[in-house]
Amino acid sequence: METDLNSQDRKDLDKFIKFFALKTVQVIVQARLGEKICTRSSSSPTGSDWFNLAIKDIPEVTHEAKKALAGQLPAVGRSMCVEISLKTSEGDSMELEIWCLEMNEKCDKEIKVSYAVYNRLSLLLKSLLAITRVTPAYRLSRKQGHEYVILYRIYFGEVQLNGLGEGFQTVRVGTVGTPVGTITLSCAYRINLAFMSTRHFERTPPIMGIIIDHFVDRPYPSSSPMHPCNYRPTSEDTGVTYPSVEDSQEVCTTSFSTSPPSQCVFTVTKAHFQTPPPVVTDTLRVPMAGLAFSHQLSSSRLSYQPAALGVGSADLAYPVVFAAGLNATHPHQLMVPGKEGGVPLAPNQPAHGTQADQERVATCTPSDGAHCAATPSSSEDTETVSNSSEGRASPHDVLETIFVRKVGAFVNKPINQVTLTSLDIPFAMFAPKNVELEDADPMVNPPDSPETTSPLQGSLLSDGSSGGSSGNTQDDFVMIDFKPAFSKDDILPMDLGTFYREFQNPPQLSSLSIDIGAQSMAEDLDSLPEKLAVHEKNVREFDAFVETLQ
Amino acid sequence: MNCRSEVLEVSVEGRQVEEAMLAVLHTVLLHRSTGKFHYKKEGTYSIGTVGTQDVDCDFIDFTYVRVSSEELDRALRKVVGEFRDALRNSGGDGLGQMSLEFYQKKKSRWPFSDECIPWEVWTVKVHVVALATEQERQICREKVGEKLCEKIINIVEVMNRHEYLPKMPTQSELDNVFDTGLRDVQPYLYKISFQITDALGSSVTTTMRRLIKDTLAL
Repeated sequence: METDLNSQDRKDLDKFIKFFALKTVQVIVQARLGEKICTRSSSSPTGSDWFNLAIKDIPEVTHEAKKALAGQLPAVGRSMCVEISLKTSEGDSMELEIWCLEMNEKCDKEIKVSYAVYNRLSLLLKSLLAITRVTPAYRLSRKQGHEYVILYRIYFGEVQLNGLGEGFQTVRVGTVGTPVGTITLSCAYRINLAFMSTRHFERTPPIMGIIIDHFVDRPYPSSSPMHPCNYRPTSEDTGVTYPSVEDSQEVCTTSFSTSPPSQCVFTVTKAHFQTPPPVVTDTLRVPMAGLAFSHQLSSSRLSYQPAALGVGSADLAYPVVFAAGLNATHPHQLMVPGKEGGVPLAPNQPAHGTQADQERVATCTPSDGAHCAATPSSSEDTETVSNSSEGRASPHDVLETIFVRKVGAFVNKPINQVTLTSLDIPFAMFAPKNVELEDADPMVNPPDSPETTSPLQGSLLSDGSSGGSSGNTQDDFVMIDFKPAFSKDDILPMDLGTFYREFQNPPQLSSLSIDIGAQSMAEDLDSLPEKLAVHEKNVREFDAFVETLQ
Repeated sequence: MNCRSEVLEVSVEGRQVEEAMLAVLHTVLLHRSTGKFHYKKEGTYSIGTVGTQDVDCDFIDFTYVRVSSEELDRALRKVVGEFRDALRNSGGDGLGQMSLEFYQKKKSRWPFSDECIPWEVWTVKVHVVALATEQERQICREKVGEKLCEKIINIVEVMNRHEYLPKMPTQSELDNVFDTGLRDVQPYLYKISFQITDALGSSVTTTMRRLIKDTLAL
């Protein structure tokens, strides 16, 4: 009975682990290419399908994986990690997932390498196939294209989960015990893909879309043609300015697109988009950025400012944004101090700086705005803010004209212009309950108009005075100024309004007033017998009269 | 040996029943299928290759992976279709369940028939909800997609406990453990049945049993 592995078993095990690692990477990367994967079953064994699963080998991916492993195998403290991240077409990136293949010290000496370990590794790969379709990044990767792409990075060593933001979740794909240790495959994935959930916003993103659509003219022409999102060989991909941040790491792209964004696409079309890039989230803290938003997208990084400031008040953030919007042609003036050279309009920036800053800012914004204040740029940021505060008058004026509330047609009464200073809450301008404005709005509250009462009603109410003119019936209504529709005030002495007023309440008919009517009715009834007697006396005259008629 | 039993519950809209059930059943069968065995001399065997493919759901924001076997897919779709029809026609509360049972055949001596000994049973309970507005349906699409993601994670968790699995059989015993009727893959012997239940969980007038594979060969 051997307590240790014999050399053959050891060799087999090492081979299994090595190819398992390579196949793991293939499965993960292929699941993030954005396409449906389909491989055929084959009843006759080909001998080249490891773990009896038809998993294609993309050569570049294998190459990268082998390079990362550098002849080593996952061992205790040395894990193989595949990092999946999202990169927008403006260059912002965010880590979505880290898949870790780890080995721990817990050994299972009893297990048979060539049989049980192999089959269990096969089962684990199947589980990986299922799980890769289930994490949030899968749906994102299926929708990648001209707005963003999904990238992968393989590294070997210690697992780095810092870039996943707060509250990331972990799912364990499975474990396989081997005589040299237990292999564990797990995935840590970002859950606050919707940044809104971790920030204190009063409004939700779709309003952003509404603002942009309804109230802002998009001055920007349509973007350049889109490129299909296909996997390309590494030879082109490594031309991308992705420097190695660490020695053993390298960034490779799985799918590639170069078109710039079409305006506001992030918030409008991806309203339920689970991973809005930091651009979106930051601008949401500055809701009036709807106008400047278009600017923001094209000149990108400007949006980092509000979060980078780490300031909670919207007031402080506004001037920065709008100053940016106004001075879009000279973003450097405002943003350079705080941006650390990350502005895309300066393409000569060293790629290294860009990358590092991208990553730094990317990690900064999602997690904690407050932390960003600790970055070296904070002092410069405040300068930026104060500068733009001084210049606040000019953006303010512009804002006044921009923010005229559009009311309904046919109303020529000027509406109070919403100014910045009066706004403390985002989207206050569009808040449904804006009582002060509505009360003064003639369209909402028309002036009290006298009600046309029916003559009968008027007589009922009156005291019996036959003169019952306008005074009686209009006791309950105070008419301030009556402007009938379609009438003019000045041309004719008797215009529509005057006519209407005069003849609005004609005198009551005496017979219709109840008192008189009641009296006459009673009198009539009483006088009937007398009248009948009189008529009977004059019967002959009546008869003669009737005869003359015949 | 005890039979392992796992229960999953889903609440779906009527038109999502089929896809939700297929997603769960295919995920389980993906883990419980191997390539075709080819026995060589001296009791060794080689195993064929199992291909996989992604399936997008039309009525749920969800994609699942299934084994690339048209025969298997057809068989599952047939029984899931019957289940869906039964649910629709039952007119009850829209409660039903499907059971996927993996079993081993144990040959008995004549005159006794072969025993079917289940070693793993997956039960999926379905509750059909009726939605009124399109907005509710859209929300349901996403919610059910998320729920199915959780179910898949649960299934994978169970699978990776590496609990009892039948031993790899010799050539003569192969049919007692595996379903060898398919051309391209070889799942463990399984049968699928379903029941339409009322709110109390007991079966009512329409209790239907459907056997996909011949299990009781008398």
